[in-house]
Amino acid sequence: MARSTLDAAPATGADRGAVRRRRSPLQLIVQIVGELLITAGLVLLLFVAWELWWTNIDADIKQDQALEEFFSDVPVPPATAGPAPSAGSVPPVGEDFGEPAVLEQAALTGTFGVAYIPRFGEDYSRPITAGVGTEVLDNLGLGHYPGTAAPGQVGNIALAGHRQTHGQVLDQIHTLVPGDRIYLQTRDGYYTYVFRNTEIVLPDQVDVIAPVPTDPAAEPVDRILTLTSCNPRFGAQERIIAYSVMESWRPPEAGPPPEIAEQVARTAGRG
Amino acid sequence: MYGLIFRALPGPLWVRILLSVMLVVAAVAALMVFVFPWFSQFNPLTDSTIGSP
Repeated sequence: MARSTLDAAPATGADRGAVRRRRSPLQLIVQIVGELLITAGLVLLLFVAWELWWTNIDADIKQDQALEEFFSDVPVPPATAGPAPSAGSVPPVGEDFGEPAVLEQAALTGTFGVAYIPRFGEDYSRPITAGVGTEVLDNLGLGHYPGTAAPGQVGNIALAGHRQTHGQVLDQIHTLVPGDRIYLQTRDGYYTYVFRNTEIVLPDQVDVIAPVPTDPAAEPVDRILTLTSCNPRFGAQERIIAYSVMESWRPPEAGPPPEIAEQVARTAGRG
Repeated sequence: MYGLIFRALPGPLWVRILLSVMLVVAAVAALMVFVFPWFSQFNPLTDSTIGSP
């Protein structure tokens, strides 16, 4: 039994070799072109997988590193130091800390802040990094348009973020509801913005990041936060713009706003 | 083409299978680490900024 199998094997191999040798040059060319086309198809599929899946993993790692660096400079008081445990006492609504401290434009370099948006999830904390080039947006979360206001400043702080891929930091931007809080943290304090409305514009409408959005000539009086991302999802024919207005701020000594105290502590601990 | 490469690899069958798997892994890694990040800059679908960045 075993012997006959062994005998048969080389014979089959020789037959196959004979068939191969009889192939004409044309057949060989067709075969190589076919294999290259199949390879190209697989490479394109791999690119889609890389873009939609791997870039998110990659960006999350880099954003965690950026947060770690940020929190190495900005110590966060433990969540219990804030007014959180004193639930029975007067709630800290309407606390007034005066004019907000504002980072100078020169200090707006690297990862200078963190954004917390509870609507996007309890764990949503993304670094804010100066610049809107691909090297920032692809790796470091929200990008701050150079020349726009600092957090807390009168005018318009404009941030861009990916809707899809590369961490998709603004994937859920269309789920914001008027009244939702968006919290920005810098080493100078915590700034609470209240979401007002979204707008969908063409990619060349740059006046949405003007100090007074859509009115570049006007003198700003409000403290506006503008988020920009691509629209529709998985496309970039338009831009979705989310406007928020500043409601309050807290100096670092006062601790984070109670609503996000746990979130801040978690983010700082993770970093 | 891939048949030629497979036959050109040295060693017994299992070594050649191992070598071809390693070649495929190396090609995928090179694409993901070098080629795709570079190619990504030409992808207009991920542009989320206003104006020309």
